[in-house]
Amino acid sequence: MQLDEFFVTGEPLIYGGMVSIALVTIAILFILTYFKKWGWLWREWLTTVDHKKIGVMYILSALAMLFRGGVDAMMMRVQLAFPNMNFLNAQHYDEIFTTHGTVMIIFMAMPFLIGLMNIIVPLQIGARDFAFPYLNALSFWSFLFGAMLFNISFVIGGSPDAGWTSYTPLAGAAMSPGPGQNFYLMGLQLSGIGTLATGINLMVTILKMRAPKMKMFQMPIFTWSTLITSFIIVFAFPILTVALALMTLDRIFGAQFFTLTGEGMPMMWANLFWMWGHPEVYIVILPAFGIFSEVICTFARKQLFGYKAMVWAIILIAGLSFLVWVHHFFTMGAGAFVNSVFSISTMLIAVPTGVKIFNWLGTLYKSKIKNTVAMMWALAFIPSFVIGGVTGVMLGMASADYQFHNTYFLVAHFHYVLIAGTVFACFSGLVFWYPKMFGHKLNERIGKWSFWFFVIGFHVCFFPQYFVGLDGMPRRVFTIIPEWMPLNIISTIGAFGMGAGFAIFVFCILYSYRYSEREKSGDSWGDGRTLEWATPTPVPFYNFATLPEIDSQDAYVKLKEEGRTTFEEDKLEPIHMPNNTGQPIIMMGFLFFASFGLVFEWMWMAIAFLIAGLIMMVVRSFDYDEGYHVEVDEIKRIERSARGL
Amino acid sequence: MSSHELKTGPLEYRRQEDQMTILGFWIFLGAEIVLFATLFATYAVLFGRTADSTPPMELFEPGIVLIMTFLLLTSSFTCGLAIHEMRRGNAKALRNWMIITLILGATFLGFEIYEFIHYAHEGATMQSSAYWSAFFTLAGTHGLHVTLGIGWVILLLIQLAKRGLTPKTSRKFFVIGLYWHFLDVVWIFIFTSVYLIGMVV
Repeated sequence: MQLDEFFVTGEPLIYGGMVSIALVTIAILFILTYFKKWGWLWREWLTTVDHKKIGVMYILSALAMLFRGGVDAMMMRVQLAFPNMNFLNAQHYDEIFTTHGTVMIIFMAMPFLIGLMNIIVPLQIGARDFAFPYLNALSFWSFLFGAMLFNISFVIGGSPDAGWTSYTPLAGAAMSPGPGQNFYLMGLQLSGIGTLATGINLMVTILKMRAPKMKMFQMPIFTWSTLITSFIIVFAFPILTVALALMTLDRIFGAQFFTLTGEGMPMMWANLFWMWGHPEVYIVILPAFGIFSEVICTFARKQLFGYKAMVWAIILIAGLSFLVWVHHFFTMGAGAFVNSVFSISTMLIAVPTGVKIFNWLGTLYKSKIKNTVAMMWALAFIPSFVIGGVTGVMLGMASADYQFHNTYFLVAHFHYVLIAGTVFACFSGLVFWYPKMFGHKLNERIGKWSFWFFVIGFHVCFFPQYFVGLDGMPRRVFTIIPEWMPLNIISTIGAFGMGAGFAIFVFCILYSYRYSEREKSGDSWGDGRTLEWATPTPVPFYNFATLPEIDSQDAYVKLKEEGRTTFEEDKLEPIHMPNNTGQPIIMMGFLFFASFGLVFEWMWMAIAFLIAGLIMMVVRSFDYDEGYHVEVDEIKRIERSARGL
Repeated sequence: MSSHELKTGPLEYRRQEDQMTILGFWIFLGAEIVLFATLFATYAVLFGRTADSTPPMELFEPGIVLIMTFLLLTSSFTCGLAIHEMRRGNAKALRNWMIITLILGATFLGFEIYEFIHYAHEGATMQSSAYWSAFFTLAGTHGLHVTLGIGWVILLLIQLAKRGLTPKTSRKFFVIGLYWHFLDVVWIFIFTSVYLIGMVV
């Protein structure tokens, strides 16, 4: 392979990308060296097994990915603003919509939510860490290396261009030769390991590590949604693992699963992909529902209306999510009977979802609402998401779907559910729990600016797309006809509004870091209802000095009434904690290079690093590190200073 | 994370962290079931799509597959005996039964490799047709699991020799026991739905 085949050449935009990557990397290396921060980085972050720090790293990476996916989106909107634009050519446009979709779903939405789960779930149930802290670190590094592998494709080897769904035969070796599609396969495979491990980890954590006497039906609703999401992860991700592996065998080893020769079945990919893909959209929306429920309860200052109905609605949605995948390809021609079955199961999902909408409205009803930024995101979510949901039911009607299929109507629909659902929840949850993570609040005034820019920009961007879709504009076209121009220009303006909202949000983080008042109490909003607010801020690394017995929902409300804390000096005992370890990052680093070898089909490299990865697993097997104990005196010292006693 | 240790009951369940590991492994096996179910479904969908390669009926022979089945079923039994001895605190018997399990597993694997090479000589490879891709992937994934299992048992035997029976080593053996039985169950499905059906249809 020549060097000019290895690096992507001939695109000014990509040269710009290369230069900025090089500059940022040099700047980071320089800063770390100049301020002598390498040791700090290694000890405090790269080797940590603390769920709170891992969560922070997840969220920071997800914000970076949101930036990358957002830049992709704005480039597409520029290209689509006018007919016959020459900003991106067809090939480059295809690559960008592929990476936009993949990055946003796999490397932005999921890690952002998993980051919030990492930090908040153990705190909400009164646990001192995850069930498997080592595995948690492994999960994070698998995600990060998978994301990096996918992201370097645009400067090395070329990006995938077959859409985030990668339908065969288009994505097969015959029609998409070269490393591009392999980056998709290996990037997702590598990060999928971590997602599955996180699912198992969270399930065991929630089932086995709750505070004494906390019953399942006393768990905070975010923890409930996390538990059920973990179930979906565990039962959906292996399907993706297999689908990716089969396509890898097809592309690299000449197998015939999805080919047009050898009697392969291209449509089987679509089935396997969506058997994972549909549960996947619930993986990113159920935790969002959980976040909104927490935020709404806190700032409506009421107990959640219909807690049990809410839990059962989540369980029902999770079950149904596995039974609707065919609605992604009604037009494939499976016949009236099959389409009817999946049409009905699809529309059934609207029922439990409707229940949840009424739960939130019922909670808000006659409450004294505190209008914080976190609450504004939650309030904006309800009507926006309903628009997305109702158009979803329209798409669910198989016969009507023949009209909507593959148009901007669909694009508008899924952005209405994913942005108004997941992205609003990420912002809401981050603002809400920010003081718990970083010890200071985000500035509310700047936060409101970013909120209004983003929400108005969002509606301006996507609402017109319903209509341009009904006018017949198909998705994934790189240029438009003059008739579609007015609505597309509006849409592009909206996209830049969202971009401005994001920029203001980032500014808000930097501004608040300098100027926000440092938190003195653990209950930052004064209205905390669940156990995470019972810990002091900043949260001690062991989370809870003592664990209170829980006998009600909204545990912290009761603790406050009774004047109890999570620091009862007479009940202190030494706390067992795990040691930091560098193994996870090294193991996943090896697997990163093994995957990179497979992407370019350099078998010597793939095999060598796979063996290195296996050796790291052997090292782990022989590792009998049992952690250490934090002594009572030290706990007392830490708690007293944290609580200002 | 609690470090309290129970004084009675099976060693592998005495500490909370070991209980959690075992539960986590059960959940992992749940994910493995989905993984194999997807491979079985793929196989079923692609059944008969042999294009112009040899159909399975002409290649599958009852003899060798039956021997493989007995080898693996017996290994599951000896693995059960190993865990039984572990519960009785007999580290030496645990080691011996595990070594027998290992030998049976390795023999199974040898037969499978022989079988794959034989099919390849007859012109049925991963690349021949959709059917054979599905066959080799399903059987091969099972074979890969057996291979990893063998490597894993060897590591645990070394740890047993070094450390004896502790809550942690017991838990590790218990977990690999679960894994080994799981592979046996998967093989029963492969034997019936791949080989038996492949021989007659």
